[in-house]
Parts: sequence; C-alpha cells; structure tokens
Amino acid sequence: MTGVSVRGISFRYHRNAQDHSNVIDHLDLEVPSGSLVAVLGASGSGKTTLLRLLAGFLRPDSGTVLFGDRVVARAGAGAADAFLPPEKRRVGIVPQEGALFPHLTVSGNVGFGLPRSDRDRITEVLEMVQMGDYADARPHDLSGGQQQRVALARALAPRPDVILLDEPFSSLDASLRTHLRADVREVLRAEGTTALMVTHDQDEALSIADLVAVMRGGRIVQSGTPREVYDAPVDLEVARFVGDAVELNLTTSPPTPVTAGVSQVSCALGEVRVRAVGSGASAGFGGAPAVVVLRPEQLVLSVPDRSAGSGAGAGVVREAAYFGHDSLVGVELADGTRIPVRIAGGAPPPRPGDAVVVGVTGEGLLYRTRDHIATTPCS
Amino acid sequence: MTSAPAPTRSPDRRQSTAHPPRLLLLAGALTAALSLTPLVYLLVRAGGAGPQRVVDILATPRTLETVATSVALVLAVVTACLIVGVPTAWLLARANLPLRGVWLVTAALPLAVPSYVAAYAWISQFPAMSGFWAAVLILTLVSFPYVVLPVTAALRTADPAVEEVARALGRGPVRAFAAATLPQAWPAAAGGALLVALYVLSDFGAVALLRVDAFTRVIYASYRASFDRIGATVLALVLVVLAAVLVTAERRIRGRALRWRVGTGVQRRVAPIRLVGVARVAALCWLSGLTALALGVPLVSLLLRMVEHSRSPLILAELVAAATTSVAVSFAGAVLAVALALPVGILAGRYRTPLVRTVETLSFTGHALPGVVVGLSLVFLTLAVAPFAYQSVAVLAVAYAVLFGPKAVAATRSATAAVPPILEETARTLGLGPVRAWATTTLRLTLPGVAAGGILVMLTAMKELPATLMLRPTGLDTLATELWSRTDVAAYGSAAPYAITLVALAAVPAWLLGRAVGPIREAGEVDT
Repeated sequence: MTGVSVRGISFRYHRNAQDHSNVIDHLDLEVPSGSLVAVLGASGSGKTTLLRLLAGFLRPDSGTVLFGDRVVARAGAGAADAFLPPEKRRVGIVPQEGALFPHLTVSGNVGFGLPRSDRDRITEVLEMVQMGDYADARPHDLSGGQQQRVALARALAPRPDVILLDEPFSSLDASLRTHLRADVREVLRAEGTTALMVTHDQDEALSIADLVAVMRGGRIVQSGTPREVYDAPVDLEVARFVGDAVELNLTTSPPTPVTAGVSQVSCALGEVRVRAVGSGASAGFGGAPAVVVLRPEQLVLSVPDRSAGSGAGAGVVREAAYFGHDSLVGVELADGTRIPVRIAGGAPPPRPGDAVVVGVTGEGLLYRTRDHIATTPCS
Repeated sequence: MTSAPAPTRSPDRRQSTAHPPRLLLLAGALTAALSLTPLVYLLVRAGGAGPQRVVDILATPRTLETVATSVALVLAVVTACLIVGVPTAWLLARANLPLRGVWLVTAALPLAVPSYVAAYAWISQFPAMSGFWAAVLILTLVSFPYVVLPVTAALRTADPAVEEVARALGRGPVRAFAAATLPQAWPAAAGGALLVALYVLSDFGAVALLRVDAFTRVIYASYRASFDRIGATVLALVLVVLAAVLVTAERRIRGRALRWRVGTGVQRRVAPIRLVGVARVAALCWLSGLTALALGVPLVSLLLRMVEHSRSPLILAELVAAATTSVAVSFAGAVLAVALALPVGILAGRYRTPLVRTVETLSFTGHALPGVVVGLSLVFLTLAVAPFAYQSVAVLAVAYAVLFGPKAVAATRSATAAVPPILEETARTLGLGPVRAWATTTLRLTLPGVAAGGILVMLTAMKELPATLMLRPTGLDTLATELWSRTDVAAYGSAAPYAITLVALAAVPAWLLGRAVGPIREAGEVDT
C-alpha cells in the first residue's frame, strides 16, 4: 500500500503569464495509504492541474511528488531532478466522461493495461464494477454511468498504487451520481487503492471522501475530515464554499468570552454562541469587523409567542421551496435581512406571509471580515 | 465561493497544453518550406529581373486586359452560381421533393466533371461555342455545387428553434425564414462563392479550350511560345495575389460561420416545407433542367462521340496505359502529400501555439496557387537548380503534393483534433511508452481520416491538367494529357473514352461529398 506525498510543488503553464488561474503554488498534500482524498476547488483553482502533475502528464517547476517512498517527480529541491513518465508510475486515471477507447470493446479497454495472459483479471474487475455482462459491448452502446464504471475497471485492472479521478461523476444526472458514487467508494475500499479525486461538487467531496482538501489559488487552504471542513472552515471563503452559509453582522462588539474558544455575540437572531476562527480570534479580532456564520440546518423555526411581542429572531416567511426530503424557507427578519432556513421534510413548510421566529441550535462561527461584505447590517 | 470570480479560461481539455515535440515541428517546418518553394522561387526570379522590367510588364495593355478578363469572368461566374445555387440549395434542404437523396447526389456530381472535359463535351456538340460567355456557362455548370453543397448543409443544420421563435414573435413564414434562417446560411453561401471564384481564377482547361485570354491561358501561352520567363513569372505572381485575396476572404468567412448555435444538446431536424401543385412541378423542372445542363449534355455528348468514333477502333491498350499512368503518378503525389501533411496535421490538431499556426498557414500556400503557377515555377526551378530532374515523375509528384497537400493536412488535422488527448494520456498511465501509446490510440483512430485525405489528393491529382502538361516526362501520357492533346488536334471522337474514364474516376469523391451532406452524420461514434 502506497500513500502520496506532495511537497512544495509549483507549476505554471506559461512562464511570465499574467493569468494566475490553474497554477500550482507551493502546494503540500498528503494522501494516506488506502484512503480516498477529495480535492475540492472552484474552476480555475488548479485542481485538474494538480491531478495532471500527479499522473505525470505535466512536470512540476519545483517541488517533490512521492508515491510511497518512490520519487516520481522532483525539481529544484536540492537533490537531482527526477521525473517518472506516466507509464512508469503505476497510476490509474479515471478521466472526466470516461474517455474509453472508442475502437475497443469493453474487455479490450479493461485489458489495455494488462498482459495478454491475464484474462481473469478483466472478468474480475468487470464483475467488481457490475459490468460483467458487457465484456463484448462497444463504448458507444453504453450509458454515461456504464462508461464510467468501465473507465474505473480499466484504471483498476493493472492494480495501480494510486487512482486519480477527475470529476468522475460530473456528467451524470443527480440520481445516477449518488448511486455510482457509493459503488465507486465500495470498489476502491475493497481494492484498498489509494485514491485522489478532484471535484467542484461539495456534496460529492463531503459524502465520499475520507479526507477533503480545499484548494484555492493553487494551494490547499484546508484539509481534514469532511466534518472538520464543514464544521470548522478556516476562513469565510472556505465556509461559503463547502456549504450554504448564513452570514449575520454583529450588533454589539466586542464578543463576550464564555469558555475557552467560545464567546457570546449578539446579532439579528439575538444572543448566539460562536467560536472565533483565524488569527487574532482569541482577542475577538480586537474589535475589527466580524461576521457570524451559521448553517441553514442550525436554524429552527417556531410560531411566535403573541404575548412576547417581536423579540430577537422574529421575521416573516417570504418564500418556501419544497424539495420533498426537506424544505428551504426564506425568512425576512425585522431588520430586512433575508436568511435561508432548512427544515426537515416531514412538516409542511410555512406559507409566505406567515410570522415566524428563527432560533439557533449549536454554535456558530465568527470570522473577521477583511472588507465590508454585503450583508444587511443588524439594527 | 471564492472571492475573486474564477477565470473561465481554463486550459482546453481537448488540446494538449504541452509544447509540441521539436522533431515534429522540424518536420512540419520542412513541409511548410516545400509548400512555399514555388512561390518564393517566382519572387526571386521576378526580383532578379529588376523592378523596372517588372513595372514595364505590369503596365502593358496585355497585362491589364488579362486582369480585366479574369476579374470579369470570376464576377460573372460567381453571380451565376449564386443565382443558380441558393434556390437549389433551399429546395434540397427544405422542400418535400421526391428522391431528395438522388437530387443531392446529382447536385454534387458536376464537381466530378473537370472543366476541360465539360468544355470539350459542349464544343464537340456545338462547335460554334467559344469566348467569354461560353466560358461563363461552362464554368458555372461545373462549379455551382461549391455553392449548393455548403448552403444546403447550412440550411439543414440551421437551428429551427430560431425560426420558430421568429414565428412566435409575429413574423410570417417567409419573413421568419428571411430574418432567422437565411442569415445562418449566408456565411456558407459567401464561402462557396469564394471557392467558385478561386476555381474560376485557377482554371486552365476550360478557358484554354474556349479561347478566353484569362490569366492561366496567357501564362501558359507565353511559356510555350517564347519561354518568356520574366513575362510569365510576373503574370503568375499577379494571379497569385488575386488568389491569395480570395483565400484570405474565404478563411475569414469560414471562421464566422462557426459562431451560430451557442447552445449544446441535440438539435431537432427541420420539418420539410410541403410544395404542392404548380410550385412542386416548377421545383422539379428546375432541378431536372439543371441536371440536364450540368450532367446530361456532357454525358450525352461524350456517348455520341464514342458511338460515332466506334467505327475506328478504340485502342484499348492506350487507354489502359494512360489510366495506369494517371493512377501511378497521382498515387505517388498522394503518398508524398500525406507524408508531408502528417506532421503539420498532427501539430495543428493538437497544439495551438503561434509557431504551429504559422507552419500550418504556410503549408496551405498550395491551396492558393493555380496549377499553372506551380508548374511554371517548378519548370524554371528544376532547369536552374537540378536539370537532371527536369520533367521527371518526382517533380510532378512534388507539384501534386504542393497543390493538393492542403487537403491531406486538413484531413489529418480534423482527424487528430477529433481524438481527445486524454485517450493517449490514459494509455500512458496503463503502462505504454509515448510512441506505443500514440500508435495504439491517436494514430489508430486518425488513420481512416488520413487515408481518406490521401485518396482525395489522388483523385484530385488525376484531374490536374496544366502542371501535368508542363512537368510530365516526355512521352508520359495520363488520361488528362491524352484528352488534351486529342482535343488540341480536334480529334474529338477519340478523346471521348479518356473523358469518360476521367469522369468516372473523379465521380468518387464528388459522390462521397454528396453523401456527407445527405444524412446528418450519426452522433456518438465517440460517445464522450
């Protein structure tokens, strides 16, 4: 079993280029042996470039890439430069939309990287991806999901040390995607292969991966378990990127410390407990502008208590979108702020015009706002 | 979301981002250099004569008359082709006529009739035919498919939703067509018109047989008569300038034609318009009349000559020998053209660096060079540099490769571009070295396209007349030169079998072209 270590690699498509998208800038990443790491990034963040560097399609300008203890690429890192071409890396790739060889049958595709004698392995991996009945089919006779299954089988067949998946599910429709995701996860686990997947889809990264690495501007800005990344994003941008974020400005500052790391602030939803994140967090950012971030599922709706008048969190429903498994309700608070609230599917959603009170469960996160962010100020 | 909006200009996944291999670039540069050689040599010769001499030649009344004649001929034929071609294309694309497939093929087949064969067929039937207007008629009849085919394709693939929206916004059927669909066909019509113009400008056979003093005939005559090298050279260069203008304009328009249809997804077919009664009869008469003029007259004329001539024995051995020679020399040209085109086509299909663009553009030089110009230049060049190669099959093959190589480059380029680089990259990860990975994926998948390009070069080279006349070894007769020498001595009857054989051979690519426009190709051969 082999992990992947990426140490300080940099890459640019064109020297001196003004365009800074798709570059890799002193990037570090560890993919533990046998795990699946999802690299999550917006388009232009450089995630596909990273994948191509690992596959050996591109040569890093500097830095080191290790598969286990094998150096597969090294440049400008003190020791002599080294570069293993793709065919020597023992790496498998599952490209976007499969990219099956159109002139070969399914078993021809899967057997492409195998010695001629090894027919059994073809059957074995095809069974594994539930495509055993399609050995003689042609790629163009398969559906998109079936093509992806075959592409995975083709990559797994030669028992590579590392599997690279390039947005493997992005071309599939939603229901098929969820199903295939689970199957791919299971197959990778059964084979015990170390895998790295790049994606721009937060749900995909959080649901399938052991570890999620968030990429931005050619660097990994945060990596951790899906839970860590979702519950404790390192900065406001990551918080916004990994899920829906409800952002509220403070009505009083500075925050009042409660326990270690946790303090109390007040905003349009009343008193909220928050954990401050980032440099200067312990000092409550020294009075610098800050913003409370909550997840829509942390908010709860209740019917207002008429006798209490309009207290903190009182608002009016402006829109309600029903999705079956849950509903997303848009609430306009007294000060005019609009916030999304997610409520579980069982209950019928409130109707537009209904008066509600928005409460908060759990702790929110407090981030420093570097520049003025366009959220409506609290009263 | 990240604070800075992510730039959308991510590297195109279909294009490799790596730098092109040096060896491939070197090979491509060689092809470009060879394609440029005939033109450069003419420039060198003209330069050697001194500017005064060049200006004197340019200012002679004969030069000016030649320019006027050629330009007038081009304008007349282009106008006629548009008038004939656009309505024909509309009928083929949109009307519910019986036998649509047959009409499409008959609209493409005139391309298979070399201009000198058509001219010969008409003259042998109507011996009085001669001069400017006869040339306009015959050149129109052989070149109007250049307008019909692209316009038909454009009208067929025009997004019907645009016209439907125009209807929904209150336009009547005719105005909706004019406002929404016709503009989608305009770039195709303009591109076709420029191809017609280039064809007419480069044509040698028809203008020579019909005695019109256009550029090609005057150049050939001055070369034959006096070996007046400087005069012929200067005239050839003027011809090249005119052709270059047309080619540049055609490229511009082709680029613009791609910008329609912004959406993706499957496009619906257009429901045909029902023509009934008089309109239907008129439409069928129009198509039949056109087919009769473009195909019927030449065919009947050639068959009549055959029959009349059948009393004197047809020397079959000579015909077979000429056909064999034709196949052999054009095969040599095609092999050379494909070999030269491969590096350029692969580069252009994979790498879009400025250097690659330059190499590609330069290797297309031959596309703008009339055969008579390449013939002239290579005659002078071999005499000056390599007299031992003068009038050899090798030089003839070079001429074919320069003239028709662009077809092979285009075929290789589009075939290469259609294969996603990720296939080759995936093959690498599966353990294949660079060369084997390329051979088993990209090369394997481009081979059919490259071969088709080679066959197209070969069939086009068979019809080539002026360069073949100038460069062939003495005593080597192809179908085209046999036909030429027999019409030269008014031996019309004995020329017929050669003409028929030529048309039959040339019909193959025209037939393929008609079929390609016919059914919209099945999507999803490569379902990626």
